[in-house]
Amino acid sequence: MSAEAATDTKTNDWEPKIVAFCCNWCSYGGADSAGMGRFQQPASARIIRVMCSGRIDPLHVFNAFLEGADAVLVTGCHIGDCHYVNGNDKTKIKYKYLENVAHELGIEKERLQLNWISASEGEKFANFIRDVTAQIKKLGPSPLKPEGVA
Amino acid sequence: MSDNKGDEKPVESKVDQEEKRVGVFVCECGVNIGGVVNTKAVAEYIGTLPGVKVTSVNKFTCSDSGQADIQAKIKEHNLNRVVVAACSPKTHEPTFRACIEEMGLNQYFLEFVNIRDHCSWIHMWEKEKATEKAKDLIRMGTERAKLLEPLQASEVPVTDKALVIGAGVAGMQSALDLADMGFQVYLVEKEPSIGGRMARFDKVFPTNDCSICILGPKMVEVARNKNIKIMSYSEVKAVDGYVGNFNVKIEHKPRYLDVAKCTGCAKCSEVCPVEVPYDFNEGFGTRKAIYVPFPQAVPLRALIDKENCINCKACAKACQSGAINYDMQTSYTDLNVGVIIGAVGFKTYDPEPRHDFGYGLYDNIITAMEFERLLNAAGPTGGHVVRPSDCKEPIRVGFVNCVGSRDKATNIYCSGVCCMYTIKNAQLLKEKRPETDHTVMYIDIRTPFRAYEESYNRSRNLGVKFLRGRPVEVKEDPVTKNIKVRVEDTLAGEMRNLEFDLLVLATGIVPNEGIGQIQQLLKLSKAADGLLMEAHPKLKPVDTTIDGVFLAGCASGPKDIPYAVSQGSACAGRATILLKNKKAITEGITAVVDPDVCVGCNVCIPMCPFQAIKFDEKAGKANVVKALCKGCGTCVAACPTGALEQSHFKNNQILAQVKNVFKFQEVAV
Ligand SMILES: Cc1cc2nc3c(=O)[nH]c(=O)nc-3n(C[C@H](O)[C@H](O)[C@H](O)COP(=O)(O)OP(=O)(O)OC[C@H]3O[C@@H](n4cnc5c(N)ncnc54)[C@H](O)[C@@H]3O)c2cc1C
Ligand code: SF4
Ligand code: SF4
Ligand code: FES
Repeated sequence: MSAEAATDTKTNDWEPKIVAFCCNWCSYGGADSAGMGRFQQPASARIIRVMCSGRIDPLHVFNAFLEGADAVLVTGCHIGDCHYVNGNDKTKIKYKYLENVAHELGIEKERLQLNWISASEGEKFANFIRDVTAQIKKLGPSPLKPEGVA
Repeated sequence: MSDNKGDEKPVESKVDQEEKRVGVFVCECGVNIGGVVNTKAVAEYIGTLPGVKVTSVNKFTCSDSGQADIQAKIKEHNLNRVVVAACSPKTHEPTFRACIEEMGLNQYFLEFVNIRDHCSWIHMWEKEKATEKAKDLIRMGTERAKLLEPLQASEVPVTDKALVIGAGVAGMQSALDLADMGFQVYLVEKEPSIGGRMARFDKVFPTNDCSICILGPKMVEVARNKNIKIMSYSEVKAVDGYVGNFNVKIEHKPRYLDVAKCTGCAKCSEVCPVEVPYDFNEGFGTRKAIYVPFPQAVPLRALIDKENCINCKACAKACQSGAINYDMQTSYTDLNVGVIIGAVGFKTYDPEPRHDFGYGLYDNIITAMEFERLLNAAGPTGGHVVRPSDCKEPIRVGFVNCVGSRDKATNIYCSGVCCMYTIKNAQLLKEKRPETDHTVMYIDIRTPFRAYEESYNRSRNLGVKFLRGRPVEVKEDPVTKNIKVRVEDTLAGEMRNLEFDLLVLATGIVPNEGIGQIQQLLKLSKAADGLLMEAHPKLKPVDTTIDGVFLAGCASGPKDIPYAVSQGSACAGRATILLKNKKAITEGITAVVDPDVCVGCNVCIPMCPFQAIKFDEKAGKANVVKALCKGCGTCVAACPTGALEQSHFKNNQILAQVKNVFKFQEVAV
């Protein structure tokens, strides 16, 4: 991407595309609660529901980056609250690996984030999306974004 | 059809080759979605995607006519996949699964896209962006829908026994109702007696009937009921299993005496030399190290408080039944139950750490719970309300409402019962001693239910004064120990300086200490107030997101007694559906191993928290036991060869969503 295109997309009008993986029991519920509470957020996130954060596979995360995601969010229940006992403990471990690979690929750390959000934490969910969006707007589009993808 | 794949998965291969005929139904949810998202434009765009045979926009897709539209279009267009773009699958997926199943489609051929909670409600002022986002989300769902495979939900047997945790008025009601319907109930209570909070009150609003006089007989009824096994002084230590088949470990704390021999005569207490503050009386007065919790306790048995016992053995000599056993150990019981009702109640807000309104700094400021005990004829003062500094009966009594409630610094929610119990308490003292003078300082008075407003009027008629305002300063007169309050009377618009002999704080309802443990054991969520969360605030108020687990009483939010009792009965009713049918339907979603790809590396086996993956020694491959698998998919993400797949969340199904975030892309089966 050329320098001016990069600055162009850094203007406020550009909406990054963020892929957010949510577990059915907590963070997806948190996103629902954000809606119920009408906590307004930038229209940047696209949520993909899995049953447990433990299901989130590096395959899904890096495919999202290769397809053009400006950021990928891995979310689940708070530690201790996983509906399947400890799937999120495994997510936490796997996340270290994801971070390393992302680093190797030259993806800035703001673009891959992990967060535990309970089903009642609607405001937290909204704030998270708002914060990540603001961070990504500063960074501009992902270096891995293919040509022609918004 | 299935010949080229041999005898494997004949159903799926048939489906794989079938042409995908998708119908997409976009809901406006009245104006909830329609007022923000341009649903017509969305439907028009989605209609251009390959395989989409029909799109439809409905005012309310979940209504009778909305569902009829889906069913008619399935028939007319011979649809084999259905996408509903509406609210949350967490509330409405079952409705639409049933709707398409009625038309002969497998229920897992439904894909649910959330364009309300995740779109129109959170982008209310960005209509264009919301419309574009809705297009993305539905495109993602449509491409996923094409890859969905049929699954069968499975039936599991339900053990026809129930566990009720917490024996306050709510839990007791659940236990009684279930027992009366003929089911075996285990009622676990962490305190040495059942009864909960209500056992401590003097009278109960709105009618001011004697609390223990109505609760006592209920407690006895619980004890007498042959189908109820009370496990007092006990706690739940472990829960595993699932709806219909929960395995629970109960810990029984040692009472240091044999309950079968103890008669509750309390001769032991008479000789015990140790005196400690009496917890049942909110710390007023004392009890002995060996004691019967209170006169109406059920079970009416003593216990030794080992922390304070000095081991003098006087009680053993005094006990005529030879019940004392100083070497008693903690014991455990394993239970198997089909359903669990959580009724663990609440505690009151503690104003001590923050010294709210001077509590803890000045003697003559007490909480409402303390006031309840003083007012109680069976309480530490025989029903005489006295002030702590000099044990004199106060004349001027002030009440501060909303302590620890409706306050950004503590809890923002309303505790619901404090207005009413303050009205009650002022009334009761005024009736007992008409010479007393009462002032209630409030933010708003809330009296919503039958006979509540009447009770408020009654207090006013008795001469209780209501002053709208929150104290801004509370001080003690160092000589008289009276409490001086500066408060703005917001109706009159003036500052008032008042002096009271006693100030009573209406402390709110907050989660009790053990709630976190119960939440984790039962895998529940907490709501913003820290209490446990129900499955739906309106339509499933006593269900939880965990099948077979229900909540009653203050465990799931502030409530008064009638509300807590109704919920106790409601839980029993909901639980009976499972207990009587003796079976429950569970999700068909599980992990599946493809033996052709599995290399027997065993990476997956320790991933499963339910020990659902077994190693088949003969074949040298992993194998998922479907009855044990809960379908989390954690093992699937760990398998290095791709041999494991999670049905309904297969890699290609998830990738179809990932790829379609950005643009239309067909993903291979
Ligand atoms: C000062 C005050 C006055 C009130 N006055 C009135 C009134 O006059 N009229 C009215 O309608 N309402 C009144 N209320 C409200 C009333 O107290 C509640 O509605 C009622 O007690 C709720 O019953 P419950 O069974 O949900 O909870 P609780 O009464 O709290 O019972 C819960 C039970 O569960 C047990 N428990 C807790 N944790 C565990 C665990 N982990 N394992 C096992 N057992 C556990 C507890 O020991 C307790 O026995 C008043 C409240 C207060 C604070
Ligand atoms: S991790 Fe995959 S390959 Fe290894 S044993 Fe399990 S299913 Fe087979
Ligand atoms: S999906 Fe979850 S519950 Fe099922 S076998 Fe895999 S790890 Fe165990
Ligand atoms: S279910 Fe939410 S992280 Fe496992």
